[in-house]
Amino acid sequence: MFTRREALFGAAIGAAAVAAMPAFSATITQADIKALPREKIKLVAPPFVHPHDQVAKTGPKVVEFTMTIEEKPVVIDADGTKLNAMTYNGTIPGPLMVVHQDDYVELTLINPDTNSLAHNIDFHAATGALGGGGLTLINPGEQVTLRFKATRTGTFVYHCAPGGPMIPWHVVSGMNGAIMVLPRDGLRNDQGKPVKYDRIFYIGESDFYIPRDEKGNFKSYESAGDGYDDIVKVMRGLIPTHVVFNGKVGSLTGDNAMKAKVGETVLIVHSQANRDTRPHLIGGHGDYVWEQGKFANPPAKDLETWFIRGGSAGSALYTFLQPGIYAYVNHNLIEAVELGATAHFMVEGTWNDDLMTQVEAPKPIAVN
Amino acid sequence: MSLSILKLVSVAMAAATVPVGLSIQAAGGHRQSRPVAMTTLLPGSITYPMPGEFLKGGHPQGNPRLERQLDRPLEIMTYQVSVGDYAACVAAGGCQPPQETRAVPSDAPVTGVSYLDAEAYARWYSEATGGHWRLPSDEEWAFAAAERFAGEFEGVEDDANNPARRWLTSYKAEVELKIKPDPRPRSRGSFGVNSRGLADFSGNVWEWTSTCYVRTTLAADGTGVASSVDNCGVHVLEGRHRAYMSNFVSDGKSGGCAVGTPPDNLGFRLIRDHAGWANRIFGWLGIV
Repeated sequence: MFTRREALFGAAIGAAAVAAMPAFSATITQADIKALPREKIKLVAPPFVHPHDQVAKTGPKVVEFTMTIEEKPVVIDADGTKLNAMTYNGTIPGPLMVVHQDDYVELTLINPDTNSLAHNIDFHAATGALGGGGLTLINPGEQVTLRFKATRTGTFVYHCAPGGPMIPWHVVSGMNGAIMVLPRDGLRNDQGKPVKYDRIFYIGESDFYIPRDEKGNFKSYESAGDGYDDIVKVMRGLIPTHVVFNGKVGSLTGDNAMKAKVGETVLIVHSQANRDTRPHLIGGHGDYVWEQGKFANPPAKDLETWFIRGGSAGSALYTFLQPGIYAYVNHNLIEAVELGATAHFMVEGTWNDDLMTQVEAPKPIAVN
Repeated sequence: MSLSILKLVSVAMAAATVPVGLSIQAAGGHRQSRPVAMTTLLPGSITYPMPGEFLKGGHPQGNPRLERQLDRPLEIMTYQVSVGDYAACVAAGGCQPPQETRAVPSDAPVTGVSYLDAEAYARWYSEATGGHWRLPSDEEWAFAAAERFAGEFEGVEDDANNPARRWLTSYKAEVELKIKPDPRPRSRGSFGVNSRGLADFSGNVWEWTSTCYVRTTLAADGTGVASSVDNCGVHVLEGRHRAYMSNFVSDGKSGGCAVGTPPDNLGFRLIRDHAGWANRIFGWLGIV
């Protein structure tokens, strides 16, 4: 691995040299920021989201996060297919971070020396320095702390972007996640009226490109670097072998199905760092959907399917009206069923006959 | 499902099981070189949940449990049809190649086979051996599998006022089975024998049966069947849980079991109809 590692470090150093130091706003000084209250957040694994206020109770603060990068093999389907994953905090996607507008996000990123590659982080929510990528490139054994001001509200992707061909490879190896910047006074509907959610789930969709052997079986590799050349060939075909939610086929079904009750309002945040997708809740709707993800724009109403552009995160607010098992899919149904992009909600509650009833059960076709 | 009833039956039957893996060659008149291990089960009865879907008064019902009498001995393959067995059919032009690209031991059960493939194999094998070979019916399979028979999920609730109860409870029941995917076919015998001396039931290969999917409307007074519609484009598979799949499907993951865990692999074993031979054996054993 010596040559591979050398090559990767070479790319890393190149990218770092290009980055410039950002200038701070003239009106707010370092001292001002230092005087702000600080809050330390413990991130949790998706689809769950760390506790947070929907309406900010105080003025802006510095919100501290720590993420540790983990390179590790993960199994991505029921056949045991292996991906040499690169992850923020050990999960695909990385955890959802939640702050309010005008808060300062202060992230400490750690690249333990057990890893073999250089990594960084590009926040689509941040301004300048390649989204922070230019200030966060770290080799194994290093850590870095970045602070950026959350100036715009919405859901935004973050991902690794260590330069050149490393960028797509790291992203489709799992290094992506999302941050949600809430308006200080919470979410509002298309009429400007406040809306709240009882539960929030974060779904990060991934497209994986696993090479196959001559018989068509998926190959596995000792390390991420060993698979690099083969994987890039599959990537360049632009046809993923897997399209999955939260890192593997079936990660949000069965035991891990998301749970809600009739009458509860759920916010589903959906990110796709690389490729377009079209979420659909089978048997339900999007009451209010921020398809492009940005809360300054009024949400679309009553959507059947919404479009999340590759490289963005959107969200949909829905109040469950009927009990049952709901499938939440990428409504390219081939990707949902054949490639893996299916999640389930288990919703308990009372059936509403007015909304739907089986007037007559199946029976032989009537003659005469 | 009441397993205890099945267990009682199987204990009773086990004593009467006649493993005759070798004797078949003497009596069977095989024209092909590869003898197949067979086990003969004496007649008996089972109480088991019927396959298919059942309605009463317009609402889904639990599958009725019926006692079924098998009044003739059942001569069934001790193991599932193997990769090697099936390859002989492919080589002879009687079968399509299986949809299987993984490296699988040649003595593993053949996988990646559809109902149509299984039927083709039975036809070819009957011709090759001069016997009459066929897939077991669902009840024959359940009888042979004995304590390995799983059937329907337990704990499924039917609530006339809330159809979602059925969906939610059956989803939970399936989750509670805690079946982990186990996709890699293994050498025959890897999943052990059941109380009847038959191997590999309900391992990681689900087996095709000759039973069609059927939707039955039960009479409102509970005394019988008001109507039923067969769909023989879909057949019943048995394994760690019951599945229904289209005849042309050869990959378990393509669906079949509610919304949750699909079968790992699809395969089959055959039954031989040969009443005359069986009677001779029973006569020889002094049973009849």
